[in-house]
Amino acid sequence: MPAPEQFRLIFRHIDEPGYTNDLDCYVRNGGYETLRKSVARKPEEIVDDVKKSGLRGRGGAGFPCGVKWTLLDRKSGKPIYLVVNADESEPGTFKDRYIIHKDPHQLLEGIMITCFANKVERAYIYIRGEFPEGAKILEKAIAEARAANFVGPNILGTGYGCEIYVHRGAGAYICGEETGLIESIEGKRPYPRIKPPYFPAVLGLYQCPTIVNNVETLCHVRHIAERGGEAYSKIGTPNNTGTRILCVSGHVRRPGYYEFEVGKITMGQLLNEVCGGPLPGRSFKAVIPGGSSAKVLKFGERYKGKRKVGAEMVDYDWSLEDIPMDFDSLAMIGSMGGSGGVIVMDDSVSMVEALANINAFYSHESCGQCTPCREGSLWMKKITGRMVHGQARAEDGALLKSVADQIAGRTICAFGEACAWPTQSFVAKFGDEFKAYPESKKAKRADGVPDLV
Amino acid sequence: MIQPATPDLITVTIDGKEIAVPKGTNMIEAARRVGVDVPHYCYHSKLSVVGNCRMCLVEMGLPAVDPATKAPVIDPATGKQRVNWMPRPTIACATNASPGLHIRTTTPIVKECREGVMEFLLVNHPLDCPICDQAGECKLQEQSTGYGRGYSRYIEQKNVKPKRTVLGPRVMLDDERCILCSRCIRFSKEIAKDDVLGFIDRGSYSTLTCYPGKKLENNYSLNTVDICPVGALTSTDFRFKMRVWFLKQTSSIDTESSAGVNTTVWSREGVVYRITPRENDAVNDTWMADSGRILYKQIREGGRLESIRVKGSQGDLDHAAKAAAHLLSGGRVAVVGSGRSSVEEQFLTKKLAAAVKAEVHLVSRVGEGDKLLVTADRNPNIRGALVTGLASALPSASLGALGAQIDSGSVTCVVAVGEDLVAAGITAEQLAKVSVIYLGTHANPTSAAAQVLIPTLTVFEKHGTFVNQQFRIQRFARAVPAGPGATDDLLALSRLVAAAGGPWLGSDVGSLWATMASEVPALATMAYGNIPDTGLLLDSTPWAGLPFAEGPSLHFKPAAPAAKEAPRG
Amino acid sequence: MMNLQSETLRKIDEVIPHYPVKRSAALPLLHLVQEDQGFISNEAIEWIAARLELQPINIYELVTFYPMFRQKPIGRRHIKVCRTLSCAIMGGYRTCSEFQKQFGTGLGEVSPDGEVTVEFVECLASCGTAPVVLIDDVLHEKVDAERARELSEKIRSEARASRGNT
Repeated sequence: MPAPEQFRLIFRHIDEPGYTNDLDCYVRNGGYETLRKSVARKPEEIVDDVKKSGLRGRGGAGFPCGVKWTLLDRKSGKPIYLVVNADESEPGTFKDRYIIHKDPHQLLEGIMITCFANKVERAYIYIRGEFPEGAKILEKAIAEARAANFVGPNILGTGYGCEIYVHRGAGAYICGEETGLIESIEGKRPYPRIKPPYFPAVLGLYQCPTIVNNVETLCHVRHIAERGGEAYSKIGTPNNTGTRILCVSGHVRRPGYYEFEVGKITMGQLLNEVCGGPLPGRSFKAVIPGGSSAKVLKFGERYKGKRKVGAEMVDYDWSLEDIPMDFDSLAMIGSMGGSGGVIVMDDSVSMVEALANINAFYSHESCGQCTPCREGSLWMKKITGRMVHGQARAEDGALLKSVADQIAGRTICAFGEACAWPTQSFVAKFGDEFKAYPESKKAKRADGVPDLV
Repeated sequence: MIQPATPDLITVTIDGKEIAVPKGTNMIEAARRVGVDVPHYCYHSKLSVVGNCRMCLVEMGLPAVDPATKAPVIDPATGKQRVNWMPRPTIACATNASPGLHIRTTTPIVKECREGVMEFLLVNHPLDCPICDQAGECKLQEQSTGYGRGYSRYIEQKNVKPKRTVLGPRVMLDDERCILCSRCIRFSKEIAKDDVLGFIDRGSYSTLTCYPGKKLENNYSLNTVDICPVGALTSTDFRFKMRVWFLKQTSSIDTESSAGVNTTVWSREGVVYRITPRENDAVNDTWMADSGRILYKQIREGGRLESIRVKGSQGDLDHAAKAAAHLLSGGRVAVVGSGRSSVEEQFLTKKLAAAVKAEVHLVSRVGEGDKLLVTADRNPNIRGALVTGLASALPSASLGALGAQIDSGSVTCVVAVGEDLVAAGITAEQLAKVSVIYLGTHANPTSAAAQVLIPTLTVFEKHGTFVNQQFRIQRFARAVPAGPGATDDLLALSRLVAAAGGPWLGSDVGSLWATMASEVPALATMAYGNIPDTGLLLDSTPWAGLPFAEGPSLHFKPAAPAAKEAPRG
Repeated sequence: MMNLQSETLRKIDEVIPHYPVKRSAALPLLHLVQEDQGFISNEAIEWIAARLELQPINIYELVTFYPMFRQKPIGRRHIKVCRTLSCAIMGGYRTCSEFQKQFGTGLGEVSPDGEVTVEFVECLASCGTAPVVLIDDVLHEKVDAERARELSEKIRSEARASRGNT
């Protein structure tokens, strides 16, 4: 079955010739009309729309956005904050970058609608330090929007006011974790908080109720407010509504960003048709479907079981290529939709070296607050580093898995799972390669195969 | 009808044992109460909860209810309400009592969690036990023995970090041993209010440090050594001196001020090696000031008096008593008592003063309170003097009144109990005019001028009680025996009382208390042996109007505003 | 004495009130000071701490946690090569070696001619155009060893132009 067409909802204007990131261009294309309509509605209606839409977070966790907003403590009397997670650091992900650099007003409009719906009067955009141009673009966009009263003390004459400030990060992946982000904005080391009791919806920024939402998620809010929650929920597939931007990188002919209705394209269609298949002379070996934290999938393996379709339980028996790219299916077959970063590795890649690269990333980014992640991530990195650069042992794969098993589920934040799942899944699926590595690494390296660590 | 206030009690179940605990109690504390040990590092009962060590992971469950009807779901096998156990373990330190909460600590998953965390803590930990002061009281040793796997699988290089950093004048830091629990940082910020410690760098390379040029030198710095679960922070004074398992622990009281901080004196074969705080949640929590810890040095330093002297020649207690009797018989005696004497000594001093019809003076020691555990009154036991009736008012700023009496000739003999008259305001000329009977521990102008000199004991060498600023009477015990030349204070004082024609009251604390209980209203019905380890609050109303010097401090709010100038006696 | 430019001081004054708690301005101030001075000196740490009514350790903790802050000066140009998975499997390590070879420098050092510092960084969120390199604030995409050579040449010619000899 051929791949569907892209559904460019968020990315409608990305790469459009002549489209610029200033306010005039955005307004010419219908921008801020939805904000105008939204501020004339009751805030609760907009929250309701978002709930009906079934929108799930696009930052990585896939948590239902409407539910997140409902959990806000609206009775505390404390100010409610919105924090925009523009820290895009999950390896393999590159979508928020384009929204920020090329269509920032779409983000601002989504922010303002969200703020209005939740009675937020101050929003902070936490943008990663490595997007210096992006920060400047956002500040310029905010200034333009303020001048037109789309942001500021008196939005479109309604008396409702909300300020947006840009806050730059400085190179820490853990600032993408919502409570780490909050600690970072507060000016402290970004150590994620223990939950309970520090749920952001209750005790967030400055111990006030706070929503933390991803950039892409907030853009979807604008589209939900525009066409209505019901209508939005018809896009995509049940429980996996709307569109999502899939970011494909690695060993495909046409890497890049592609926006599809969630669940309406399969892995095979995405990689073979849309991205042109493997590089000449190579074959696909492994794919990580949702950012490097997601468990790896091996080409050639099959997934069987029963799943719910409508009201019935139905058998499924899938090859990797059959998997629909939605949150539930990917979770069901043992990985996750995550941030939508699809990293493809072909047969030129040594899985041991690839894991060594991933482990180096996580051990470098571990904040160091809690024991299992701090010591475990570095231990795993030292093992795979030793395997690649020093003495590898056949039992190292089993040791890696054992160490990873001691991390997942035992930590303060999901970074524990994020650093453990790659190791667990690489060893589980490519265990033979790990066992054989002490010998296989002695063979001469094929030309053109780069070092990974 | 007015209901008496009761704390909200919530029933939780730990390893099948039910216990009712006050609302808000965390599961480490609740487990402790039913005799279940939940191992932990970063949790401390007096500091904020951070939950970063992950050692206290336990299984948590809540009673199962039918989602629609909210009726309890009963397990047919046991007949009891079924418990839904959470798939992920939870940290006990951050899990507070809620109705129906169930905790399990003996299941395989909890065992694996503990083994995992222990393994991770030891992965970069140096093999320093043989040279580390913490050995014998090290939580890492204890918990790896109790809950660890028992062997290592780590063959990689361990992290190298700065190893002997002088963090401050009294604290040494070994960053390799640090397990990054952050107790010291939280203590410095929350209790000592000196935000000087922090972690730098990231991940497993995180390192505890002060900002370059700054030091951990506040007067509570050694508490970080007490609470450090490993040998990362150690006391420079104690470094390499003694293995803790050889040390005997004795309960004592810090005599630095009227806070009455509870302490533990650690000694071996008659030598004191260190002092640490003893927990008393009503007085000092688990803290004490650094300045109180070095007081044990006075046992050997500062010119300890070594033998009884009568008119300059060495003598024994009988000589001294006879000579004293002679001096006291002449009348015109003044007694200078001490706020550093124990309650028992003050009782005997009062008997002595009564026997010779002497006026009693006390010596004031007022400094600036630090709002924590060093109060403005640097006498530990002025209130003991009030309670025993030795004094009925607070001491004057100096002994000027006594000096005038000496000058006028109305006082010709002074009994000084543990107080140097010159330091308290008597001039050398005035001192020369009187004959002095001196009981004390260290040499000073008064002891040099004394006709009768009886060396006595430091607080570490005797038993007794003090009454602190809260009017709490607390016991201290003998940690080390006295040197051969010193006499027990109670014996010396009783001999003087007898020499002055008073009754023989004995020198045994227990029997002395029988007398005290019958004569001192505040101590009626009490017995020395029955005073709890955490002390007993006395009725302070008879002295409520006095202008005490203390301001607010830990666990103490003064009843009336603190006196601004020195109180008039 | 901190010799911050007046524009930097103006921006500092402007950003602090953006937050209800002064401490939040720590990161913005560190960025502004580093842009002004090239790195964060101990003097800068103490100055920022005093300005925000904090202790120096509170700022020192941040400077050492975030890789983007440096406590020593670097070369005139900053070359940051991504080393995370997608860029690595597309040849990121070769790209970095090429830059190092072009300027005869090791990682994290100032090159002998003082012109560049070459460093590895983690995922720069442009994986589809791997390998990617940030040179100062500009992202360069699909930088293989050949392109790295070209970019190095460009850096050198820009350096000559700025010194006045072309």
